[in-house]
Amino acid sequence: MFDLDIWREIFQSINKNKTRAILTGFTVVFAIMLFTILFGIANGLENTFKKLFLRTADNAITLYTGTTSKPYRGLQIGRRIFLNNEDLDFIKSEFGSQIEYISGTLTRNYNLRNAKKKGDFTVMGVGPDYQYSEKAEIIDGRFINLKDYNNKDKILVIGRLVEDDLFERESAVSKYIDLEGVQYKVVGVFSDNGGDSQERMVYAPTTTIQKLYTGNKKLDRIVITYNPKLTVDQALVLVDKITLKLKNKYNIAPNDQRALRTGNRILTEKKRLDNISSSLGILIPIIGFGTLIAGILGISNIMIFIVKERTKEIGIRKALGASPKSIVLIILLESIVITTFTGYIGLLIGVGALQAIGSSLERYFITDPGVNLSIVFSATIVLIFAGTIAGFLPAKKASKIKPIIALRNG
Amino acid sequence: MLEIKELHKSYPIGDSSLHVLKGINLSVKQGEMVAIMGSSGSGKSTLLNIIGMLDQADSGEYILDGLLIKNLTEKKAALYRNKFLGFIFQSFNLINYKNALENVALPLYYQGMKRKDRQELAMFHLEKVGLVDWAHHLPKELSGGQNQRVAIARALAANPKLLLADEPTGALDMNTSYEIMEFIQQLNDEGKTILMVTHEDDIAHMCKRIVRLRDGVIMEDSKIDQVRAKKNV
Ligand SMILES: Nc1ncnc2c1ncn2[C@@H]1O[C@H](COP(=O)(O)OP(=O)(O)OP(=O)(O)O)[C@@H](O)[C@H]1O
Ligand SMILES: [Mg+2]
Repeated sequence: MFDLDIWREIFQSINKNKTRAILTGFTVVFAIMLFTILFGIANGLENTFKKLFLRTADNAITLYTGTTSKPYRGLQIGRRIFLNNEDLDFIKSEFGSQIEYISGTLTRNYNLRNAKKKGDFTVMGVGPDYQYSEKAEIIDGRFINLKDYNNKDKILVIGRLVEDDLFERESAVSKYIDLEGVQYKVVGVFSDNGGDSQERMVYAPTTTIQKLYTGNKKLDRIVITYNPKLTVDQALVLVDKITLKLKNKYNIAPNDQRALRTGNRILTEKKRLDNISSSLGILIPIIGFGTLIAGILGISNIMIFIVKERTKEIGIRKALGASPKSIVLIILLESIVITTFTGYIGLLIGVGALQAIGSSLERYFITDPGVNLSIVFSATIVLIFAGTIAGFLPAKKASKIKPIIALRNG
Repeated sequence: MLEIKELHKSYPIGDSSLHVLKGINLSVKQGEMVAIMGSSGSGKSTLLNIIGMLDQADSGEYILDGLLIKNLTEKKAALYRNKFLGFIFQSFNLINYKNALENVALPLYYQGMKRKDRQELAMFHLEKVGLVDWAHHLPKELSGGQNQRVAIARALAANPKLLLADEPTGALDMNTSYEIMEFIQQLNDEGKTILMVTHEDDIAHMCKRIVRLRDGVIMEDSKIDQVRAKKNV
């Protein structure tokens, strides 16, 4: 019985009752279109968040210090802890290959001037490795190198916007800048995709800042870029180990959260991304599921209506020898065929709409909205499933109609 | 062919029930042509529907072609209807989106016959009722008489042993009615057993036997001389 004939029956029934099919189809088109657009927009939101948070090297760990908040080894609380240049070597010798780049930083605000202009800028003492941790891109000249660092040379690497401000149209490389009465030579200009504030930074060797302004070897922060081969979990273990070693070195209680802190981007960003994705991850299926349920209910209703409309036909078919099973089959298959076909139309409209939206919604944090193949595929399965569910109860009901009742209501 | 003993049927109406058939005894032999008559509401259609397995009796015995018809599953009933019975209704009951040929072929589809074969056979029966030229027309494009002839062709298509007709001429004018009766008589001449409900005396007299129902029982059952429809046209 399950042969070409049954499909002929179904397509004839759909074809000859177009209004009915369009009515059902419209609900499905709408549900699936909504479903697709929602999914696409959710993907767009996720894309935006990924882009926002992955601007600086995503394998960077930052160490900060503060005052102790717990007594330890006979030492009182409230002790100020400082990291210094030796800690860089200490960490390197302890963790070796797990660490790719390491550099200490010192941040101060200074007034910078040259012959023509002046301005207040943030000057950051950094090591040669810092370029990689910050993902700063040299667009002219070079970055601070080891020789500058060891010789405590008076050189600067300035952000693109600093060059714009102080040198206007001219190239800054090899020109001099006055920093609190000391002449520094500009050796490079960088750009940074982290935004304007990053491109308004000025980098100098940490050692130079220490020698000329602070007079000691203390650091504000240590920025470490761990070996990218480490997994996130391994990296988190590494962060724990580094902090424990340093806490031991500085007599800080292991559970003291204030004296030594880690701002590690992987952890916070991963957490943030996870939070956003998981809230999206909860919200979107709920909305999507809701849309689908609404769609299924809609189709079910229409199928019930269709069965009512076809009552007499079903009665005739039964009088002519149709088994209940064959009645279920034609109603169900019709529902599935309509859902699947019109579902695809909905999907196409949805995808088309997403493409039309394209980049026009970037200011609402939606980047490259779209659905991938696996979603299209699962949507198809869901559709067939939905069509089956939506059609089943009405079909079952139809198969139970007594032919005599059906024929009397002629 | 058909043996009915002490058949009872009542319909529930609210809390009470309406006793429609109160012990029907009827026996019909192969090749008979029986008219069932009676006033409106006397239970003619009810009896015919039970015979047609479209409805079930409450009690009594019904044997069709040697087979005891009792507690049939829907599936079995469908199978028997398809194999033994052909229906002709007052309101034709054609499927409105199928053309004449497809309507006639439908019982053959449910017999599992191949598409080509059933179209051939359906065409053969349409020819018999003189509607070959109308084979590809929808019911709404045909007259009442033509539709009833399509319905007759459909009832014949599956080659049933028993033809059941509930007021087959009820919706037709006199000329057309006689035309239809001519077909039915012809079928009977060829050996088909026919049971027909009718209100009209002249139609009833075109059968070979009249059964009169009143108050749920058969009050009269007599053989008659058949009036041929042909000479009346
Ligand atoms: N499904 C039903 N439920 C309740 N009552 C019914 C049902 N079917 C028939 N009846 C009642 O049973 C009685 C007999 O009905 P039936 O249709 O057999 O009469 P009939 O002799 O065919 O009448 P008519 O000549 O008007 O067609 C009527 O009173 C009718 O109202
Ligand atoms: Mg009746």
